[in-house]
Amino acid sequence: MKRHLISAADLTRDDAVLILDTAEEMARVADRPIKKLPTLRGRTVVNLFFEDSTRTRISFEAAAKRLSADVINFSAKGSSVSKGESLKDTALTLEAMGADAVVIRHGASGAPYRLATSGWIDGAVVNAGDGTHEHPTQALLDAFTVRRRLVGPEAGLGRDLEGRRITIVGDILHSRVARSNVHLLTTLGAHVTLVAPPTLVPVGVEQWPCDVSYSLDDVLATSDAVMMLRVQRERMNAAYFPTEREYSRRYGLDGERMAKMPEHAVVMHPGPMVRGMEITAEVADSDRCTVVEQVANGVSIRMAVLYLLLGGADTALSAAPARTEENK
Amino acid sequence: MTMSKILIRGARVLGGEPQDVLIDGETTAEVGTGLDAGDATVIEAEGRILLPGLVDLHTHLREPGREDSETVLTGTRAAAVGGFTAVHAMANTFPVADTAGVVEQVWRLGRESGYCDVQPVGAVTVGLEGKQLAELGAMHDSAAGVKVFSDDGKCVDDAVIMRRALEYVKAFDGVVAQHAQEPRLTEGAQMNEGVVSAELGLGGWPAVAEESIIARDVLLAAHVGSRVHICHLSTAGSVEIVRWAKSKGWNVTAEVTPHHLLLTDELVRTYNPVYKVNPPLRTEADVLALREALADGTIDCVATDHAPHPHEDKDCEWAAAAMGMVGLETALSVVQQTMVDTGLIDWAGVADRMSFRPAAIGRLAGHGRPVSAGEPANLTLVDPAYRGAVDPAGFASRSRNTPYEGRELPGRVTHTFLRGCATVVDGKLA
Repeated sequence: MKRHLISAADLTRDDAVLILDTAEEMARVADRPIKKLPTLRGRTVVNLFFEDSTRTRISFEAAAKRLSADVINFSAKGSSVSKGESLKDTALTLEAMGADAVVIRHGASGAPYRLATSGWIDGAVVNAGDGTHEHPTQALLDAFTVRRRLVGPEAGLGRDLEGRRITIVGDILHSRVARSNVHLLTTLGAHVTLVAPPTLVPVGVEQWPCDVSYSLDDVLATSDAVMMLRVQRERMNAAYFPTEREYSRRYGLDGERMAKMPEHAVVMHPGPMVRGMEITAEVADSDRCTVVEQVANGVSIRMAVLYLLLGGADTALSAAPARTEENK
Repeated sequence: MTMSKILIRGARVLGGEPQDVLIDGETTAEVGTGLDAGDATVIEAEGRILLPGLVDLHTHLREPGREDSETVLTGTRAAAVGGFTAVHAMANTFPVADTAGVVEQVWRLGRESGYCDVQPVGAVTVGLEGKQLAELGAMHDSAAGVKVFSDDGKCVDDAVIMRRALEYVKAFDGVVAQHAQEPRLTEGAQMNEGVVSAELGLGGWPAVAEESIIARDVLLAAHVGSRVHICHLSTAGSVEIVRWAKSKGWNVTAEVTPHHLLLTDELVRTYNPVYKVNPPLRTEADVLALREALADGTIDCVATDHAPHPHEDKDCEWAAAAMGMVGLETALSVVQQTMVDTGLIDWAGVADRMSFRPAAIGRLAGHGRPVSAGEPANLTLVDPAYRGAVDPAGFASRSRNTPYEGRELPGRVTHTFLRGCATVVDGKLA
């Protein structure tokens, strides 16, 4: 049973490949003069955003609209939530309005899981980022971007990321993007290396299915993709690192470092970028940087996820053959 | 509640050979075999265990201030159901129990409830703020006769304030019960820091935040020649420090909660706030170390840290939820499962860890006494063969935030006697 997308860890390899393949089909819609499919006509998707995140919200909104769903944007700011309404009562309200899917962004880790498992609503729940826990659609669009770039849109169909080496650099401790990517990329067969100062790596990371390095220079030459994470300047006030300058000297990606990467390797960033901090303008604006593609791919991935969760009586996610076997 | 003669027939006193125990008025009149019932009411207690009335060093009764979660009356009813005849009511109420007036009010409410004795704990510092000592002497001299002082819920983290408090209470044989939590290391902490917190993306509460305070405080207690009590010790490292301090002959005591003897941080994977508690649930290795320490006496006693919360404070996302679990009505069952049924201690050990020692630490008169003639009849009768799933709907507590809902636990308190008065009969409040 897979009615929700809460964690990238819930996806099997076949689930993930199915989502990526479906996203390729969705990407073709974007090339048509009329960028719309009738698939979710009459279904209601609620974007429930307790945190400001314009880019994620509009990405989900565009995805739902291209599938012809009715979209309701529920922002916690200026709503009853700011007056003290609980997550439960908000959920009951959405349920009463007949939401078929709730896309939730919340500052508290686990809030989407609570929403999906507490019996408050019947609809599908899609995690659009919860606290410092997970952001599974970001990981899916990152995997999609890597597969397109390294294997190719057509050649990539049906394939995973077996043997690819992907390096994730930055504030791992506070990053939901890193957590989801570690789960998903390893499920897809890639080898993940996390790079950060030791202060920004969580205690307990040794149990994660990936390597950890404190030196960016050591891993660049063997990376097929380098994913730079945003580092918030406020972190230095909590003594995670001494100064911005020291951070970018040790962990920032500039042209010189990019030159150490293999020729085919790409630079990724989930956005928003802090230019001059974790990435220089030279790198951000180079051909090897996929940041704008990632935005476009985000819409395709979110279309695929909504389509598979809501698409029919036998939702395609749960109908994936490998899952049925696994459930035995 | 009847005040006549009661004969408990054939109970295993502290788990020993079956004996008869005659209660006359407020006192245990006779203990022996083949006692004549005479005009006494007879309780057939074959197969049951008779313990001294249990004593809790750490209970949150919430009154005054949060009567929506618990009152002294409902809390003492829950205590009686759990086999307790005395509880220490923690000071973090609204207003804080930091004056003689508030501790006397709580003490008086306890006397009026009649279900168990309520011994108020006084705050160490004004408003639990850790800045200025509360009037510890006035609280001690009040009708409440406070001997245990604690800012529980908050750590007395200032080393000078802690030192002064430890020194000051020597004047009246008081004890400071420390909630060991280094505040800077636990900013934003949501659960035990480790493998699970890393995965769940919840702020970590590292073991070292507890252990560093305990290490400091045992050294301070030794330095000023006072005694210190460690609340709800939760890590294997804390056990090592207390064991070391005791080996030096220092006057250090410690308690462990039932939930830290049974539950681990793996449960947090459900994001169900019913498992949110402070200190947090730790790892399996910690649980095993705590059980061993309770068995070998490094940890002196079990204390519930009964922490009632209204439903809405747990029916929400993890980060927004209150910390704490109710525990009075399930404590003995959890101890039976984790300590007795595992062979780590016997029922005499339970009497020691849940009655004799906590009463001694709190210098509580009339409780934690042997089951013998001439002693106050504070007694708890337990059916150890009982098995049943925990049903919060049946709780006497006003709150339902138990982590054991639906879990099968062994043992049940069938009778509780407070100075000869039955407060619980056949598992039901009298």
